[in-house]
Amino acid sequence: MSGPRAEEPAVTGSATGPVLEVKDLHVQIATRRGVVHAVDGVSIEVPRGEAVGLVGESGSGKSMTLRAILGVLPGEAKITSGQVLLDGTDLVPLPSSSLNRIRGPKLAMIFQEPMSALNPVMRVGWQIAEGPMVHLGFSRAKAAERAVELMRRVGIPDPERRFRAFPHEFSGGMRQRVMIAIALACDPEVILCDEPTTALDVTIQDQILRLLARLCRESGVSLVFVTHDLPVVAQLCQHLAVMYGGQIVERGPVHDVFARPQHPYTLGLLRSAPDVEEIRDSLVPIPGSPPSLISPPSGCRFHPRCQFAEDDCQTTVPPLRLLAGGRATACLHHERCDEVLEAEGATR
Amino acid sequence: MMGAGEVGGAATLVTVAPDRATPRRAHWFRQPALMSGLIIILVIVGLAIAAPLITSYNPIVQNLNDTLQGPSAHHLLGTDQLGRDTFTRLLYGARVDLRVGFIAVLFPFVLGTVLGSLAGYFGGWVELIVMRLVDVVVAFPFYVLLIALVFVLGPGEKSIYIAITIVGWVSYARLVRAEILVAKRQEYVLAAKSGGLSSLRIMGRHLLPNVISQAIIYAMSDIVQDILAIVTLGYFGLGIPPPTAEWGSMINDGQNFLTTHWELTTIPGLAVVVVGLGLSLIGDGLADLLRPGQS
Repeated sequence: MSGPRAEEPAVTGSATGPVLEVKDLHVQIATRRGVVHAVDGVSIEVPRGEAVGLVGESGSGKSMTLRAILGVLPGEAKITSGQVLLDGTDLVPLPSSSLNRIRGPKLAMIFQEPMSALNPVMRVGWQIAEGPMVHLGFSRAKAAERAVELMRRVGIPDPERRFRAFPHEFSGGMRQRVMIAIALACDPEVILCDEPTTALDVTIQDQILRLLARLCRESGVSLVFVTHDLPVVAQLCQHLAVMYGGQIVERGPVHDVFARPQHPYTLGLLRSAPDVEEIRDSLVPIPGSPPSLISPPSGCRFHPRCQFAEDDCQTTVPPLRLLAGGRATACLHHERCDEVLEAEGATR
Repeated sequence: MMGAGEVGGAATLVTVAPDRATPRRAHWFRQPALMSGLIIILVIVGLAIAAPLITSYNPIVQNLNDTLQGPSAHHLLGTDQLGRDTFTRLLYGARVDLRVGFIAVLFPFVLGTVLGSLAGYFGGWVELIVMRLVDVVVAFPFYVLLIALVFVLGPGEKSIYIAITIVGWVSYARLVRAEILVAKRQEYVLAAKSGGLSSLRIMGRHLLPNVISQAIIYAMSDIVQDILAIVTLGYFGLGIPPPTAEWGSMINDGQNFLTTHWELTTIPGLAVVVVGLGLSLIGDGLADLLRPGQS
């Protein structure tokens, strides 16, 4: 996003610059119908202690990117090129035994469905305590103590008692708090969140987001937050990257992107989402459907659905160009977005 | 701190979530199938343990003055052709058959579960080798292979264990592999991987506890099958060598007198049926109790 920053709070050491950096990541899935380019040249920088939102519709490669970062891709998917740098160490070529020392103590993940991501027959306290026991060499008693402390920190009432409960005895929001406690258990530097609030209702969603934001502030952990819910990003993240068809089409500081999107897809996303603050005449859906990732459209992948598409969009693959203010867009005609926004401002 | 948690656990859970936490833990004794099965088996085990207190006869010593007597006050269930008290032999036979049955189920259970989980979790060549071995064993009918193995190894308890292990592990391997194949696609396994846990730990701590209940339930019915197998082997003279009291050899001895003393065959046969019923009931009850997602 914004490169090395000078005003970083010194939380996890003296190192400045992004804690996690994904460089030109490609993930391919071999299927019977052909090779799916699920992630196609994605680059992300995650500054220390900040949250990066990764937004896009279903099948745009968000979750694949997360799983590739963590090295837990499904069997058929493979990283074909690119780097995942955590504190400068490339994780891609590491064998799983070395990765197992990084997953947990440095990188953790929170899943979308807290019920299925918790072991149904293991007491939640021990699920939280397992990480410290395995990675930090804690004794059972010490790990249990740590688990209770974590449960208190994520706002589970009466943690000593709830330690011995099973996941099915918790509500959805409490389960997600347990997931967060598990992710925090070994004090990771980055937590990858795969739509952690999608399965929750709105009030609980808000509580979980506030909790994540607070933890982010308190412990200096960085977040990569995958979602298709734009208001969630606005609430939690400092940076935003928009994915379309396995590529990043726009990125930048979250409020700048929301105020002045520089890619027609981002513009379309913003207009297709309802907004409480501002009552629009109508929600404008993006016409068409997401591109095939086996044989993607030529040129810009968005051009068949784009209102600004011109002839060159069909032939030229648009690079992700840097703009002022730490922003970047992959649209050849991004000025058109400004024109539309100005025209709208004039009519209102 | 954990000490306090342990002590308060059961009682406090009730107050926290009485509607959800209690049925599973507190009402296991309300399962009629499980309870009746447990009662049957416990009574038989109790009788077998207390055999020397219940009867004053020796199960082995012959008394040729009292052969083939019908039931009487002296001999509750009569005597066999060598004058041995049938009731006494039945009780001492329970000791042998139950012990061998329970022990014989352990080896195939452990071996099959371990190989089945490895095959299911790792797939690839591990799975290929294990499942081809399974195919080889399954290709033979159970009793044919069992009798052939015991015949080769020679009669006796050790041969029975070895033979039943070789023949029996395949059922557990297939069962556990199938369960692991389903369970390993669950998100909690992905979550465990994301937490940097080793494959061994994921298998042992996360997958097995979720899939083992099926194997335990199967083991209950497998004990019945093993006891039947021991009895069958005893009937063929391949089981526990005489004169040890054992239900299978009792049935075998009695069949010569089927027309005049049918009870010599029927009574040990009934004993087998009752034990089988008890274990099946326990298996059914456990299946209800352990069924995943029951809450």
